[in-house]
Amino acid sequence: MMNAKQEYIRRTKKNKIITNPLTPAKLGIFSIFSFLILLTIIGFFTINSKGMVINKAIFEALEGFKNMFFRPKSTRFDLAEGMILVLQTLALAFITTLVGSGFALILGLLAAKNITNEKLSNAIKMIISFIRAIPTVLWVLIFAIGAGLGAVAAVVGMSFHTIGYLVKAYSESFEEIDGGVIEALRASGANWIQIIFQAILPSSATYLLSWTFFRFEINFAVAVAMGAAAGAGGIGFHLFNAAGFYHDIREIGVIVYLVLAVALIMELIAIRLKSIYHIHE
Amino acid sequence: MTEKPAKKNLITPKKFFKKNKMQLTIFFISLILITWLTGAFTRFKAEDMVRALPKVGAWISKNILPVKQEKTILNGIEKTITVLDQKAIGKIPKILRELLETVLMSIMASTTAAFLSFIFALMGSRTTRLNSFMAVITRIISSISRNIPVAAWAIIFLFSFGQNSFSGFLALFFYSFGFQSRVFMETIDEASASSVEALRAAGASYPQVIAHAVLPSSAPQILSWILFMIETNIRSATLVGILTASGIGNIFDIYYKSRQYPTAFLVILSIAVIVILIEFISNSLRRVIL
Amino acid sequence: MIQTLIKNEPVIAEKKASYPKKKNNKIILEIKNLKKNYKDVCAVKNISLTVTQGEFISIIGPSGSGKTTLIRCVNRLIDATEGEIIFDHKNLLHLNNKELRQARAKIGMIFQHYNLVYRLSVIENVLHGRLGYKSSLRGLFGVYSDAEKEKAVEIIDMLGLNEMIYKRCDQLSGGQKQRVGIARALIQDPKIILCDEPISSLDPSSAKIIMDYLVRVQHDLGITIIVNLHQVDVAMKYADRILGIREGEIVFDGSPSELSKEKINEIYGTETGELILD
Repeated sequence: MMNAKQEYIRRTKKNKIITNPLTPAKLGIFSIFSFLILLTIIGFFTINSKGMVINKAIFEALEGFKNMFFRPKSTRFDLAEGMILVLQTLALAFITTLVGSGFALILGLLAAKNITNEKLSNAIKMIISFIRAIPTVLWVLIFAIGAGLGAVAAVVGMSFHTIGYLVKAYSESFEEIDGGVIEALRASGANWIQIIFQAILPSSATYLLSWTFFRFEINFAVAVAMGAAAGAGGIGFHLFNAAGFYHDIREIGVIVYLVLAVALIMELIAIRLKSIYHIHE
Repeated sequence: MTEKPAKKNLITPKKFFKKNKMQLTIFFISLILITWLTGAFTRFKAEDMVRALPKVGAWISKNILPVKQEKTILNGIEKTITVLDQKAIGKIPKILRELLETVLMSIMASTTAAFLSFIFALMGSRTTRLNSFMAVITRIISSISRNIPVAAWAIIFLFSFGQNSFSGFLALFFYSFGFQSRVFMETIDEASASSVEALRAAGASYPQVIAHAVLPSSAPQILSWILFMIETNIRSATLVGILTASGIGNIFDIYYKSRQYPTAFLVILSIAVIVILIEFISNSLRRVIL
Repeated sequence: MIQTLIKNEPVIAEKKASYPKKKNNKIILEIKNLKKNYKDVCAVKNISLTVTQGEFISIIGPSGSGKTTLIRCVNRLIDATEGEIIFDHKNLLHLNNKELRQARAKIGMIFQHYNLVYRLSVIENVLHGRLGYKSSLRGLFGVYSDAEKEKAVEIIDMLGLNEMIYKRCDQLSGGQKQRVGIARALIQDPKIILCDEPISSLDPSSAKIIMDYLVRVQHDLGITIIVNLHQVDVAMKYADRILGIREGEIVFDGSPSELSKEKINEIYGTETGELILD
């Protein structure tokens, strides 16, 4: 009955057909997952939870959540003042995104392999990945040693990490540009500057805009954090005070709602931008 | 034969500038306006920054390295030589211990959140949702979870769980959960929508569709996102640690506030090295699994 | 029975010669007054259709005419707004979840974009066709019987894919992917196979191979084929019966020889000028 060509079929010792042979990818996925789960279990046994009674803490957390989300009330600022504080944080995010994207644009062009040479590109990318590896809060605190805690340290520190992030995103967007466009312009005698302004920037503009806006979203969250952890002011500072000094969970509720509202609006704008320009990351 | 749609609309420079000249002008004018406004608002002055930068640079290069100047007498002549700051170097084991805890915490947060995120992604994705009501609910919850900044989560949990690593873990967990739900949803829709349709048409049940279409087609991408989340979490853990007095963030804060800058610098260096290392490992793993 | 398919003789000539084929006139699928609305747009208006066993039906019509909606309503990938779909003496619109799975197991489907799990091997994709017959738990862990595996190998061989059996599907060419799609439908042991634009993403020579395989499946296995096509010439060459659909309604139902230029004009309306017929 069987006259099908069988030489390609693998069988087990019991002459059963093998249907799911093990591939490196399958093995890799399985072992990485197992390893992560193992580390997680080890983590739960070794985590430092000093001074915590789990039952009591969970109960308190639920109570806290209830007060925070359903009975928000602020005594130290009214809604208008709260909105101004959020705007201050938003402004900090804006200015760092602007400063960061300006520097990142120049460095991104220099780091793109199809625009400059490979050596320069690799050198910039290496420095940039080091800058990116250091968390924003540390950059801010480093600059605060010299410049003092405040807006200047926050802007410089946040811009540093923004540059690290955007140079990577920008240079990758530039590198994806169809090589033919650049070649055509070069053949027609255009110089470096002309190529950048006539071909590279226009054809990657939507990607740049989308990445920059995405970083703006991140920077807003970072700006809240810097207000709380590094004296950058704005709503984050009040968040820190409400928790650290006044122990007022209901005021935290108001702040969280304000921050959430801005973040949600920005997410909606980002989704809209994406659908307008048909960007799929 | 139907034509395949062109993948990318090629915008020629000429067309772009003609069409967008007006838009560009408006865009830049409003940019300048907003910049001026924000400058006034945050009391941030560009000249302050320009003035501060070289000062900071000089200060860093002089004070932050874990070395110090010592005077010794060599062959009868007094000389200044540079030696390692033993006090800072001696802290390395302690730093590494805290670093290990932070890395573990980041992995724990990403991995545990990934399980919940996957369930939410199944419920919220267009391809695999059970009904639209559940889909909306899951999308709202995950959206709230990721749009509350991780710093705010840390402060919220600090309140009830106290100053320890568990608060930090929960903060990272909630943010990771929100972020991963969203990207998993997109992954499922992108990678498995078509094969899900085929298996449904063949009469496969819901669990079978998940096991044979969704998991095989989206697992590599999902794992890649988890690795990305671990990288992000290590960076966030520093911030969370400063706020919840735990892990690597806490010891940085201690050395920073007590002005032991060379030791604080070692902490920064160790974080940078571990982040780059994990990025490197992730990238090599991605090459195997994708 | 499957053996005859392995021989590579041209069936089409033989088939055309014996046309009209003797039919047993057993009704296999009946669609009555089918309607599908998307919000306020009506994609399918009042379609009624009777399909007998062993027919090769090709549905043609301009894009957006409701071809895809109609074919997806048959196995309820899209739920119809109104009407009846009677398959195997059961009204599909009234089935519960389990009964629907059983009915779908008897209906194969082939897609324009193949809809395979590209990270899995050919044989794993083919075996997916058996899931409809399995209890949820056995299917969950991919427990297939030896008979099913042997049959999968046989079908893969028949479609000339035996060298590819353990290859990942993303390494195959378009034509090979579609053959995996056919294999997945065949292992279902279906009474009817629905094809949604099966050759629209293929080059002409791969398209011909796929259409020839479909004809063999109909001719030698007696499986009913309903295929959406973009290409009128292909429909005329392969089908026993052609349905012309325009704006959600059947405007032509007859054999290829009855499909005149005027009829084509009627189906495609203003698009006619752009059609290339050779």
